[in-house]
Amino acid sequence: MRRAGPLKLCLIGGIVMIIQFFIPHRFSKNFFDEVVHWLIVCGVPALVIGYYSIFHVHWTKIRRKREGWGYSIIIFVAVIVVALIGFIWGVGENSVFMKIYQYMTMTMQATMFSLLGFYMASAAFRSFKARTPEATLLLIVALVVMFGRVPIGESVFIKLKLPNLVEWILMYPNMAAQRGIGLGVGLGIMATSLKIMLGIERGWLGGAGK
Amino acid sequence: MYIKFKEVQHIKIIYLFFFAFPLFAQESDTLPLTQKFAPPLDVRAFDTPNDAGKSITVQWNLSPDNSLFSGYEIYRSEAQDTGYQYVGYMGRGISTIRDNRGVKDNTPYYYKVRGRTSTYEYSEFSPPSSSTSSSPQWYHKGKTNVLIGLPLFIFLIFWAVFQAKMGKPLFIRKIDGLDSLEEAVGRATEMGKPVLYVPGTSFISDIATIASMNILSQVAKKTAEYNTPIIVPNRDPIVMSVAQEVVREAAIEKGRPDYYNPDRVFFLTSSQFAYAAGVCGIMTREKPATNLFIGMFWAESLLLAETGNITGAIQIAGTDAVTQLPFFVTACDYTIMGEELYAASAYLSKNPSLVGGIKGQDYNKLVIFIFLALGTIFGLLGNNFIINLFK
Repeated sequence: MRRAGPLKLCLIGGIVMIIQFFIPHRFSKNFFDEVVHWLIVCGVPALVIGYYSIFHVHWTKIRRKREGWGYSIIIFVAVIVVALIGFIWGVGENSVFMKIYQYMTMTMQATMFSLLGFYMASAAFRSFKARTPEATLLLIVALVVMFGRVPIGESVFIKLKLPNLVEWILMYPNMAAQRGIGLGVGLGIMATSLKIMLGIERGWLGGAGK
Repeated sequence: MYIKFKEVQHIKIIYLFFFAFPLFAQESDTLPLTQKFAPPLDVRAFDTPNDAGKSITVQWNLSPDNSLFSGYEIYRSEAQDTGYQYVGYMGRGISTIRDNRGVKDNTPYYYKVRGRTSTYEYSEFSPPSSSTSSSPQWYHKGKTNVLIGLPLFIFLIFWAVFQAKMGKPLFIRKIDGLDSLEEAVGRATEMGKPVLYVPGTSFISDIATIASMNILSQVAKKTAEYNTPIIVPNRDPIVMSVAQEVVREAAIEKGRPDYYNPDRVFFLTSSQFAYAAGVCGIMTREKPATNLFIGMFWAESLLLAETGNITGAIQIAGTDAVTQLPFFVTACDYTIMGEELYAASAYLSKNPSLVGGIKGQDYNKLVIFIFLALGTIFGLLGNNFIINLFK
C-alpha cells in the first residue's frame, strides 16, 4: 500500500512523457522544460540532505574519536570558512571565493585528472601481455592503433599505409562492436523503463520484485 | 558665335566631368556589378515540419555564380513587393536556412535571397517566394516508425512476461560477472572486511543508476545475511536517499534491521574528481575486500578501478558507458557489460516477471536483427526501402 502511490505516479508520469515525445507543439515543449526545471528544483533540497549526511558522518567520527578524526575537523573548518567568505565578500569574478575555487579546487581536480595518464600506462602494461591467443590479438591491434595514431608511427610505417589500416579498424570492427553494445543498451534501457513503469521492477523502491 | 559655342561645349564638358561623371561612376559601381552576378533562383519557403511553430524553412537553387560568392543573404517581408528585412546569412554552397528570427505564427511571409561576395558586391535579388506562414504541429511525423515499433516492443515484453508467469522455463545465458557477486561477498565475509559499492557518478534520472540500485538491493541482501559491512559513497543526494532506502529494506527483509547504518551509505561530494579522490581514499584506508563499481561512469572509472587493483580487492564493474568499458575490463576481475547491467536484477533474483522481461528484450533484438539483415540484403541490391523505414 505504501508503494502504490509512487508506482501509480511513476506509471502516469511515464505515459505522459511517452505521449510528450511524439508532440512537437510548444505546449508539449514547455511542459517538458517545466518537468526538467522541477527536477532541478527537487535537486536543491536534496543537497541539504546530502550535507546533513556529510555532517552526520564526520560529527560521529569526531565524537567517537575514530581513526583520522582530525581530518573531519578540517572538513568542517573548510566548509564553514569557504561559505562565510562567499557570504561576506561575495562570489564575483575577482572575489576571494572565486580565487579559492580557481587556485585550490580546480588545481586539485586537475591533479586527480592528470593521474589518469599514469594509471593508463600501468593498466596498459598489465593488460598487454600475450598470455592467450585473444590477449595476443589485443596486443597486436593495440600496437597497430597506437603507432598509427601518432606522427612518428605514420612516418615510419608510411609504406604499410598504417593510418589507413587504423582507420579501417576503428571504422569497421571497432564501430560494429560499439554499435552492438549500444543496441543492447538501448533495448535494455527501454525494457527497464517499461518494467519500472509497470511496477515489475521495484528495486528502486527498496526491495526488488516484491 | 563659334567661340561662344566652343565655350558652351567646354562648360558642358566641365559640368559633365565634375557633376555628371560621379553619377555615372556611382551607377557603374552598383548596377553593372549587380548585373554581372546571376541571382539565386526558385526560392521556396514552407512551414518547418514537426516543430513547435515560429519557424519557416527557406530553400533556393544556388546561383550559377555560386563559386564567386562568399554566401547568401536572406530577406523577409510581410508584403510581396516592399519592406524586406535582412533575417540571415548562409555560406557559399548552402541553399537552406531555418528562419526563426521573430517569426509570428499564422502570419504570411515572403522571402528573397541574394548572393554576396567577400568584397560586399551583390547579385540581384531572387524573385520573391510565395507567401508562407508558420504554425505549431501536434504530431511529429518523423517519429511514426517509433510509434509503430513501440507497441510491438511492449507486446513482445508482455508476451515473454506472461510466458514466464505461466511457468515456461526461459533460458538466460550465464553471466560471469553476476555469478561472481556471491563469491565476492563471501570473500569479504571470510576476510572480515567490508564491501565497497560505488553506484556510479550519475543521477537517479539515469537508467544505469536505477539498474545499479536494483543490483545494490541484491548485494545488500547478501551482505546483510552474512553480516558483512557495506560502504556506499554517493555523488548525488537523491541517489544517496534511494540507496539508503534500498539497503535498509534489504536488511529488514533478511531479518536484520540493526544491520543498516546510515553512516555507511552516505553523501561524499557532488564534484566528480573530488568524489574519485574520496572513494580512492576509502579504498586505501578501509581496504575493502570487494569493490563493486556499478552504474554510470566517466573519466573517474580508471582512477577508481586502478586504485582498487592496487589494494588487492576483488573487483566487479558494470556499466553501459561504452567509452569506460575498456578501463574496467583492464583493471577489474569481472565486467558486466552494457545490457547485462539491466539483466542483473532478473538474473540474481530469478523472479519470473523480471526474467520474462529479459526474454522479451531478446525477442525484440531478434526483430531488429531480422530488419538489419533484410536492410543489408536489400541495400546491396539497390533497394533502400527498409533503410528508409528507420530514417
